Parts: sequence; structure tokens; C-alpha cells
Amino acid sequence: MKYMLLITQGEWFANGSVAEREKSMEKVVEWWGKMFASGKMVGGHQLQSPDTATTVVIERGKHTLLDRPLMEAKEAIGGYGILEAADIDEALAIVKTMPQPDGKVEVRPIIERAR
Amino acid sequence: MHVDREPYAVLERVFREEAGRLTASLVRLLGDFDLAEELVSEAIVEALEHWTRDGVPERASSWLLTTARRKGLDRLRRQAKYRQKLALVAALPTEPPREGDDRLRLIFTCCHPVLGREAQVALTLRAVVGLTTEEIARAFMVHEETLAKRIVRAKHKIVASGVPYRIPAGDELMTRLNEVLTVIYLVFNEGYVATAGSEPIRRDLARDAEWLATLLMRLMPQEPEVIGLVALIRLHLARWPARLDSEGRLLLLESQNRALWDRRAIADAVRLIERASALGRPGPYQIEASIAALHCEAPTWDETDWPQILALYSLLTAIDSSPIVRLNRAIALRYVDGAEAALCEVDSLAGSLSRYHLFHATRAALLRELGRTAEADRAEVEGIGLTKNLAERALMAERLAGGGDSRPEPGSD
Repeated sequence: MKYMLLITQGEWFANGSVAEREKSMEKVVEWWGKMFASGKMVGGHQLQSPDTATTVVIERGKHTLLDRPLMEAKEAIGGYGILEAADIDEALAIVKTMPQPDGKVEVRPIIERAR
Repeated sequence: MHVDREPYAVLERVFREEAGRLTASLVRLLGDFDLAEELVSEAIVEALEHWTRDGVPERASSWLLTTARRKGLDRLRRQAKYRQKLALVAALPTEPPREGDDRLRLIFTCCHPVLGREAQVALTLRAVVGLTTEEIARAFMVHEETLAKRIVRAKHKIVASGVPYRIPAGDELMTRLNEVLTVIYLVFNEGYVATAGSEPIRRDLARDAEWLATLLMRLMPQEPEVIGLVALIRLHLARWPARLDSEGRLLLLESQNRALWDRRAIADAVRLIERASALGRPGPYQIEASIAALHCEAPTWDETDWPQILALYSLLTAIDSSPIVRLNRAIALRYVDGAEAALCEVDSLAGSLSRYHLFHATRAALLRELGRTAEADRAEVEGIGLTKNLAERALMAERLAGGGDSRPEPGSD
């Protein structure tokens, strides 16, 4: 099964000291590298900061642009991954090995359709 | 076996056992919760009709499986959404699987940590115990519709998010088993002391929890915490007949008529505790059961072995330092080191327990013993405002009206 990981920015990234952030970032990059290499992570990116986000609101065919992200600042998404796992237990076990010091990760199953 | 006087009581026992097993097997074989449940409930409808007339067949489980299979095939041919399942149902065995019991898988799946506590409880009662959504809704005093939605959502989440239908192994087993024990004990407590409403004790849920815990013990006979939970529940139930006075008011442990306690059940439970401790892996349920056993074995309130109870609570706080456990320890402390020492402990918990009625009731009793009547009255009033249970409220109001000596029930059980 495929799972989308929606990863919040976390305090460490948004407000931590530069030195701390660099140290954590190193571990984060290493973890993702390993995950991609093993084939478990089949997609994913880090995103530009939330203040670069534009939200398009669609109402009865009309579009309004908002100069902000979907989520509140404290849960702003900092990146995402697409994880391939046998079941939710494996997916959660992998997420629990993520090295960032704080934040939240939403694990959401992806609907897979035959194309 | 014949169905005579109480056909429904007999049927209920058979259904709980056989339908529960069958549902669990079908979930495994079909990989579909809803379909498994629908097939079993159709078989039950048919069984009700036949069995009340002709008696329960010798091989009830085969009968149910064959009926579920036949009903399933009829139904699937008619329903487009299930058509792809047709081959699976057609391939179902005609005899129930002999090896193992799929219910353990089902229990662990219903109590999977990706489900919230309420969903775990509702789904376990529905799928494992076999209660109807209406029965569960009534027991928890929520709208049937709300409860039905909760169950539908839980089942959908299990399928959509890929919750595996298996018994966890290795390191995972202990955390997952804890989750299951919590769900069972929560059901028991809900039945034992209702938190709101005019009926202080709803007996059915407590019995359901005992049945479920016993089933789990049968399926996992080497897990001491499971045995501990069964013992704990049975010790509570052994005192059941003495919990209410003739007008249906709750009685404190201290004022209960101990002649009404079920001595045989108590002795049986104590043997369970011994069996559990022989396995050499102590845990909170075993400790709580040991505390309950000490209360049950005391011939009178005054002969309660408080030093031993205090020692067990100290052991328990080392594992679980939650404020409720510390409050219970403070109550034991009162009978060992006196009210002054106990009050000091209780007051240190004010920050976390100020919304808990038994915190105030305990404080009130201690203050009263120390002769600080005005403060005791204030604490009592605060406690009354916080409990939703009418029987408990009445008890507290009575104390306030001059009920005199008023010790809170130890163990807050």
C-alpha cells in the first residue's frame, strides 16, 4: 500500500537556532536518502516556506486567491513523502524512525487506481 | 441440547460463542468486515427462526457457517457491489476451521492504536462481543446514529488504511495487549459505575467485560496481565450484591455487608492471581487485583491489611504515577500513617485532580477526621458539584447533612 506522509515544519525548523537546525537537517537528509535508496520512499519533497504559499479557493466556478497556506501556521506543512509499505503497522514503524526533533506527521493511505 | 424455558438466554450464549468465532473467521477469509458481519447476522436471523422452533442443533457452528455461506451466495448474486466477492464466498469451507481461534486477531484489530478509544470500544463490543449498535448506544448513552457512524468509520479506516488482520508479535505485543486490556477495563468500569443517569449500576456491560476478559485469558493463557485483569474484574463482581442498599443507593466498602460477598468467587480469583504471579512478570493489573483481593479477604473493615495495601500502591505508583493512583495510595496512607500525612499527599495532587469528585470527597473525609469541619464541608460541596452520577451525589449529600463518619471507598473502585 502507498501512504502519503504530510510533515509539519516543526519548531526546530521554524524557530530553532541555526546550529541546531543544521545538525538536525543533516540527520533528516540522511534518513530520506536511505529511504529513497531502499525503495520504501517512492516520492516526496521538501517545500518552500509556508509564507510562499498561495491558496486557490473555488466557489461555484469562481476562483479567489489567498496569500497564505491552507493550514494554520503552527501546523504548516514543510514537506511530504510517498511511502510504500505492506500495511499501516509497517508505515507507522517507519515514521517512528524519522529523526526530526519535533513536529507532526499525518499518515494518510493513498487511493490507488489501475491506470 | 434443548431450548425450553429460556430459549433466548440459551441462544444468546450460543450466538455469543459461535457467531463470534464465525465472524472472526469470515473476516479473515473474506478480508471484509462488513460482508462478514452481514453474513453472520443473516445466519442468526435464520437460526432464531429455526432454533426456537426445533432446538439448537448438535453442531451449531457448522449450521451457522453453512447458512451464512448459502445466504451470502444468494445475496451476492443480487448485489453488484459485492459481485467480486462471490468467488471468495463460494470458496468458503463448509466446515468451520478447526485450528485456532480467529477471535484473537479480531480483538487486536478492533483495538488497533490507529483507532481512537471510543471507536475501539464500540467496534470491540459490536464485532467481538456481538452487541447490536442499539445496545451499545444505550449503554453509553449516545444516539444510536452517532454510534452507528462511529462503527462505520472505524471499519472503513481499518480497511482503507491497511490495518493488518493479525496478532502482533515481539516487542509490539505488550503495547498492543495493553491497548486491549484498557478497552476491556473501560467497558467494565462503564458498567460498574455509570458516570451519569439514574441507574447507578448497569450490569450488562460489566458482565460483557468479564466475558471478554475471560475469552482473552482462554486465548492467551500465558499472559499474566490478562489473568490479572480477569481476577480484578471478578473480585469487583464478587462484591456486587453488597454494593447497593435496599433503596438502590451506593454503599461504601466500609459499610457493605460482607456476608453478601461471594466467597467462592473471591477464592477463585485469588488462585488466578497466584497463577499470574507464578509467571514472573508483574504488572499494574496484577497489582490492582492483589489490592482488591486484600480488601475482599479482610473479614471486617477494621481488619483490613493496610500496610500491605500501602506497599502494593507504592509498587503501583512506581509503574504508573498517575494522580488517580497516587490519590488511592494516599487513602491507604491514612490508615497506616494517619490523616495528617494523607492530607499532605492529597493536597499535592490539587493541580491535576481539582475536577475529580473523589479528590474532594477524600479531602473532605480527611479534613473531617482532623476536626477541620468548615473546610471539610466546602470540599464536600465542591465534590457534589462535579459528579454526574445521581447515586454518588446522594451519598455525598447525605454525608454533608450529618452522615457523620465518612470514609471514601479505598481503591476508588
